[in-house]
Amino acid sequence: MVRVTDLHYGVGERRIFSGLDIEVPKGSITAFMGPSGTGKTTLLRLITGQVEPVSGSIEVFGEAVVGMRKAGIFALRRRMGMLFQNGALLTDLSVFENVAFPLREHTDLPEPLVRQLVLTKLHAVGLRGAASLMPGELSGGMARRVALARAIVMDPELLIYDEPFVGLDPISMGVIVRLIRQMNEALGITSIVVSHDVDELSLIAHRSYLISEGRVVASGSPEELRNSPEEVVRQFIGGHPDGPVPFHYPAPDYFDELLGRGKP
Amino acid sequence: MNPRGWVEGTLIAPLRRIGAVGIFLVQLLMQAGPALARPRLVVQQVYNAGARSLIIIMLCGLFVGMVLGLQGFDLLQRFGSEDALGVAAALGLLKELGPVVAALLFAGRAGTSLTSEIGLMRATDQLTAMAMMAVDPLRHVVAPRFLGGVIALPLLVAVFNLIGLFGAQLVGVQLMGVDTGAFWSQMQAAVELSDVMEGVIKSVVFGVACSLVAVYEGYHAAPTAEGVGLATTRTVVTSSVLILLLDYILTAAFLGN
Repeated sequence: MVRVTDLHYGVGERRIFSGLDIEVPKGSITAFMGPSGTGKTTLLRLITGQVEPVSGSIEVFGEAVVGMRKAGIFALRRRMGMLFQNGALLTDLSVFENVAFPLREHTDLPEPLVRQLVLTKLHAVGLRGAASLMPGELSGGMARRVALARAIVMDPELLIYDEPFVGLDPISMGVIVRLIRQMNEALGITSIVVSHDVDELSLIAHRSYLISEGRVVASGSPEELRNSPEEVVRQFIGGHPDGPVPFHYPAPDYFDELLGRGKP
Repeated sequence: MNPRGWVEGTLIAPLRRIGAVGIFLVQLLMQAGPALARPRLVVQQVYNAGARSLIIIMLCGLFVGMVLGLQGFDLLQRFGSEDALGVAAALGLLKELGPVVAALLFAGRAGTSLTSEIGLMRATDQLTAMAMMAVDPLRHVVAPRFLGGVIALPLLVAVFNLIGLFGAQLVGVQLMGVDTGAFWSQMQAAVELSDVMEGVIKSVVFGVACSLVAVYEGYHAAPTAEGVGLATTRTVVTSSVLILLLDYILTAAFLGN
């Protein structure tokens, strides 16, 4: 469904990816994990054609994304849905109109059918009763569920979740985990989940990629990652503050600096 | 100072920026047709930019007209021609004060609102979410707001002029005792269609300039609180300077003709 081969990407002097290889099989839930700042969200932006890599290839639905024109990218995006970290609901539209937005933009369906589709999707995420609310009246978890209803309203083949668990209470987190699994099992939607919540991902992901310092350092099922001998994997899974991923941002010697011998 | 850095900062960067705004305008105009095909979005923006600025435009129009009445009367009285107050007020408002003051108020009231709204939509990923739903934000968000501003400003200028003339009449005729008949008949005899058109053309040009600056700054704002704040400030500063610069160029062109 998605294939990334030998991907290189950087911003200015900073290299973010150097030789990244990833494959997302059809019908699977694939997790991209890694410490903060490793470029997980950037990888999603590359896959969805929001930014162009320096080199390498990205295939989505068998079509090369790199170098594709805007119309082609938009045609691909109509087959995928994306859930943003903050929901990214349109704040001037009600919950109902947010979910109806893609239908109104891309189809000429009669109003009664739009209403039925929207209510069906809102019911699936448990928020049919909140249809008339405005985004500002929703909690973080509710906003993310509305965004999920909006993401699936066009029946996408690929669903992308960007940090879906961040800042949620345990109940909301459990609801989102269950919904991601349901979307995959009931609708057969291929899913990519970007997160660093190891425990939640181990409940749903068929395969995980651990990305660090611009490359895939480990991949496999949650069990395989748990048993990995790689030090960086053990640090990440175990949540150790220091290790291959250093606790301290690169800095001059501590004592030299305190004594005024280093740069201020 | 490094001469290369000076050339880059003083000459090339502004030119690059003008080029970027030009390209953005072409992109907007290409989306104007599809945006007009859904008039509801444009009408909503005419309401947001126009109707919501109406009170401040009317208030300021009244005061500018009243000041014009006072100053005009004082000046004309020295030459014994206070009956010409109607002409002076009408020409001053139609050709100059109406378009310029209304445009400056529009930049401060509606322009900043457009910039901060679009900037915040960028900062909260709403524009990206729209693009991810295969909906072009330029067509759905930016073009209707641009068109709304371009349509709203000439209408606001017309309201400003009407209220301004009422204010000038209020002070000149009611307070200072200028003859009502002379006030209106001299205005009717001296003001020509070309004078009205000069104001209309200026208001359309200012509408395009203010709306373009506002949506450009909002669309390209850094997606942070500071970025949106800076973009909003740039909208007011750039629009104000641009209005006065364009006013001089247009006035010179009309007088040249």
